[in-house]
Amino acid sequence: MRGPVRDAALAAFVAAALALPMLGFRLVDSASGLTLAGRFDLVAWAAGLVFAGRLGLRLLGGLLPSLPALPAPPARLGDMRRHAGWALTAFALVLPFLPFADRNLVDKATLVLIYVMLGWGLNIVVGLAGLLDLGFVAFYAVGAYSYALLSQTFGLSFWVCLPLAGLFAALFGLVLGFPVLRLRGDYIAIVTMGLGEIIRVVLQNWQDVTGGPNGITGIERPSLFGLSFKATAPEGQRTFAEFFGLEFSGDHRVIFLYFLILALALATNLFTLRIRRLPVGRAWEALREDEIACRSLGINPTMVKLSAFALGAMFAGFAGSFFATRQGFISPESFTFHESAVILAIVVLGGMGSQIGIVLAALLLVGLPEWFRELQQFRMLAFGGAMVLIMLWKPAGLLSRRDPTIRLGDAG
Amino acid sequence: MTRPLLAVEHVGMRFGGLFAVNDLSFEAGQGEITAVIGPNGAGKTTLFNCITGFYKPQVGRMTLSHPDGASFLLERLDDHVITRRARVARTFQNIRLFAKMSVLENLMVAQHKRLMAASLFSVAGLLGLGRYRNAERDAVELARHWLERVDLLDFADVEAGSLPYGHQRRLEIARAMCTGPLLLCLDEPAAGLNPRESAELNVLLRSIRDRDGIGLLLIEHDMSVVMEISDRVVVLDYGRKIAEGTPAQVKGDPAVIRAYLGEPDDAETGRPPC
Repeated sequence: MRGPVRDAALAAFVAAALALPMLGFRLVDSASGLTLAGRFDLVAWAAGLVFAGRLGLRLLGGLLPSLPALPAPPARLGDMRRHAGWALTAFALVLPFLPFADRNLVDKATLVLIYVMLGWGLNIVVGLAGLLDLGFVAFYAVGAYSYALLSQTFGLSFWVCLPLAGLFAALFGLVLGFPVLRLRGDYIAIVTMGLGEIIRVVLQNWQDVTGGPNGITGIERPSLFGLSFKATAPEGQRTFAEFFGLEFSGDHRVIFLYFLILALALATNLFTLRIRRLPVGRAWEALREDEIACRSLGINPTMVKLSAFALGAMFAGFAGSFFATRQGFISPESFTFHESAVILAIVVLGGMGSQIGIVLAALLLVGLPEWFRELQQFRMLAFGGAMVLIMLWKPAGLLSRRDPTIRLGDAG
Repeated sequence: MTRPLLAVEHVGMRFGGLFAVNDLSFEAGQGEITAVIGPNGAGKTTLFNCITGFYKPQVGRMTLSHPDGASFLLERLDDHVITRRARVARTFQNIRLFAKMSVLENLMVAQHKRLMAASLFSVAGLLGLGRYRNAERDAVELARHWLERVDLLDFADVEAGSLPYGHQRRLEIARAMCTGPLLLCLDEPAAGLNPRESAELNVLLRSIRDRDGIGLLLIEHDMSVVMEISDRVVVLDYGRKIAEGTPAQVKGDPAVIRAYLGEPDDAETGRPPC
């Protein structure tokens, strides 16, 4: 009996220590200025609740059912996952035309798809090559600013800038890849995080080029084979609505942007699925498993790491230029460390290296908080709770099973 | 006169004040099994790391000569270049497989150089061109060949990390052979094997020597392996070569016995063999 009580008292003490600064004081705006009011009853409540809860857990812990196990995955999970992939793709294709799909929903789906694409891009670096990159948002920023600056300075269209933005981001990936070549694990994470911040700080302070904290406004919107989505077409062009004889609606652009990011994301996915089965992809995974063994097999780790960095960055660049054209406005505020952390969380929660897992994780981490905005401050609580639950149930991520890239008898 | 496959001349490797390998010279021939033995800490693994480029020796020269006349100074090459161009492959004392990848994938990674060239640095592979598909088929055939040789054909699609220890040892040898080496360096291949497995290992290593005609360089503690299959034995102690010759010659060499069993203090209280 003494053990549980002491344990519960200790927990209550910790709770009280935490609650004292957070709940115990309150600034009151009174006639004589700001005064500090104590709310020690709340602190006592918190400590009491924790004491009772902890004691109850210790005494009745054995009686409580343990965390319910998830249903065992069916034996033919691999096949099911492939079907699930096709089903999700089909659903994504018809989504904007479903009766319940309004402009708001399509817009949110577009946002989720941006993160899916970023997750798939980062998956090359983190999931396959095993290089923990915490500065991925830097390449996203490079892509966005590349498009914005190229389009404003040289008047290039979105479709010309898209590959250029990917190319620039890939070049940045190479440049930023060099310093981390000799590092492993946590050290890579710290250095890439620093590099990501450097890019953001440069964007923030290089006033002449990037517009500094004011960002860049009035970024050119994309067109579909020269058909613009504006209400009235500029000289010598036609609008989408005119061409198809539709009545003009702002929804057309929203739906077009949705399909654009869907196509980009699917291209990323197709690329990843293919390259995983190529020597480079296998070398990435081998490098994640054991770098020394790779070297003993004649694989040059420098090239393997740089290719992973550059290709991952390229997709972030594509996503970045899409982001710029969708928003019409970019500023360094959109590219903070928080974004990198969210993208990394998507990859890790999805189960490193799993393509569908990343879609689910993006829905969970980006989609749910968007939909539950009405819950206001509680949504972050729910978000944290969901992450804790996933880590309890599925410590290796939502879908962590790995299919071999080749089976004996496949090639032939 | 033909040059030996590997000629090690006056190689020295120092860590701080300690000479792990000191003025060591020996040769390893093609189609021969050369064993390097010695007590713990004699510098055997350091020597291997020098030959395969993981360490750079401070002095000496290591020449690897191909039958076509090309020769490589190993001390000047990076580790992955040694495998790729000089065609030296190795295994590790503590097995280093790609544990989360399948057995077949492990063997495919070993053929990276050829597949990479065939895929035109992934361009042809991404487009699914026939040129790459043929190369991949050949690679799978080579992998299948080696899986048969090491008797792991039934495990081809299994995660490598889930194999039993003895199977992992054999897989690591198969993986090294898939790089197409002329010299295969094995760091204690029999460590942790039971007598039956180590007898099978002897058969495998002999067949690699006789069928593939390449040179093998072997570090081994298990004397049943060393004495049975080696053509030549090099004995190291404190980084120096103390004896060299056929297994029978080395076995009777007083210097070797002294290194392994110690010097008797006097006739009565000689240290017991350990």
